[in-house]
Amino acid sequence: MAAVKFEQAMARLEAIVGELEKSDLPLDESLKIFEEGIRLSKNCLKILEEAEHKVEVLVQDKNGKKRIHAYSSDDATDESSS
Amino acid sequence: MIVRGRLTVYEPRGEYQIVIDTVEPKGIGALQLAFEQLKERLTAEGLFDQDRKKPIPAFPLTVGVVTSLTGAAIRDILAVLQRRWPTIQILIAPVQVQGASAGRQIAQALADLNSWGSVDVIIVGRGGGSLEDLWSFNEEIVVRAIAASHVPVVSAVGHEVDVTLADFVADLRAPTPSAAAEAVVPVLADIVERLRELTVRSGQVLLRHCAFERQRLDAGIRGVTDVRFRLQQAAQRTDDMVGRLREMVQQLLTSGREQVHEVQRDLSGLNPLLTITQGLATVPQFSKRLEGQMGVILAQHHHRIHAMLRQLNTLSPLAILGRGYSILQTIPTRQILHRANDAEVGQELEAQLASGRLSCTVTRVCDDATV
Repeated sequence: MAAVKFEQAMARLEAIVGELEKSDLPLDESLKIFEEGIRLSKNCLKILEEAEHKVEVLVQDKNGKKRIHAYSSDDATDESSS
Repeated sequence: MIVRGRLTVYEPRGEYQIVIDTVEPKGIGALQLAFEQLKERLTAEGLFDQDRKKPIPAFPLTVGVVTSLTGAAIRDILAVLQRRWPTIQILIAPVQVQGASAGRQIAQALADLNSWGSVDVIIVGRGGGSLEDLWSFNEEIVVRAIAASHVPVVSAVGHEVDVTLADFVADLRAPTPSAAAEAVVPVLADIVERLRELTVRSGQVLLRHCAFERQRLDAGIRGVTDVRFRLQQAAQRTDDMVGRLREMVQQLLTSGREQVHEVQRDLSGLNPLLTITQGLATVPQFSKRLEGQMGVILAQHHHRIHAMLRQLNTLSPLAILGRGYSILQTIPTRQILHRANDAEVGQELEAQLASGRLSCTVTRVCDDATV
């Protein structure tokens, strides 16, 4: 799931910065994990940017099948009428 | 209304006072009893155990909400979620949150959101109400549905003081729906800022590291340059010393050669070959003089030896034999016989004559001196 991937990426990113700041790594090793960190932060930003705000409602149609439709303020009145 | 407290009497006026500890509506005892009994049963079953609780994801991208579409709870939740994380995706499973079918609907909605697949966390709850209004969240079917959810569930029922069994079984209990929304979703701006900060920080750290390595490299280069300079100096000194050494050796050789010539000159005056040649020239003269002298001396000695030999010959016993005498000797003891008595009859004797020998046998011994 994207959420899990995002969480793991953030955790790894934190760990990378921590490791870089400990500064007992050789330079080439530092560069390697720095590149990984940049890649991770880009991926994280991409996940955030690509997410599109949606509010949807999960309902059951007449045949008992589940489907979703966009939420609107009308839903509140629908609910109360049903 | 049931009131618990301390009753006191103000005696002068005969008035009663109650200092109240607790007040509860009349009739709540039955529900309370059912609540306690179910709680005890489900606790014994282990449904409320802490180790059953799933961690709430730090960054949910899709939040499921199980509540009524008409209540205040959904408005609060939507407002907080959108404020904190403007691009959040929300999937609402609408239910009735009170009434006879509410419990079944809530349980079904939880199952539906679980099977929908892309939901990271579920908020289940409703706004405040009476104990009876909140009762659906104490129903066993709801508690079991929350326990069965694979997706982490946050409960948000009523106000802070209201506690339901749904709160006990949920992975996280939020005091209100707004608090639930705040608990499940971080502030997006904070996360973006955090990402930016991490990137900047790692870049700065790396730059510092690079600068540090650069300094080390410079120091290294300086060191190498220094070594090269010292090497050049040493090489120059060595060249210099080799040149001086060569000069010194040349001088030594020259003076040595001169000394040798000098000694050769001195030596040539003392050449033994010259002495020998000169000496050899005198040898034949000496040799001739020696030979002449030796001839004279040798002739004189020759004469003297012959004279002495003739003289010796006349004195030799053998010369006597020459005049007809012989010498008798015993055999084998070779004793010279002077008297006839010295021999026995039959004894072997040898007679030496002037020339040759005779072997004789004694046939008679005559001791007559007159014969």
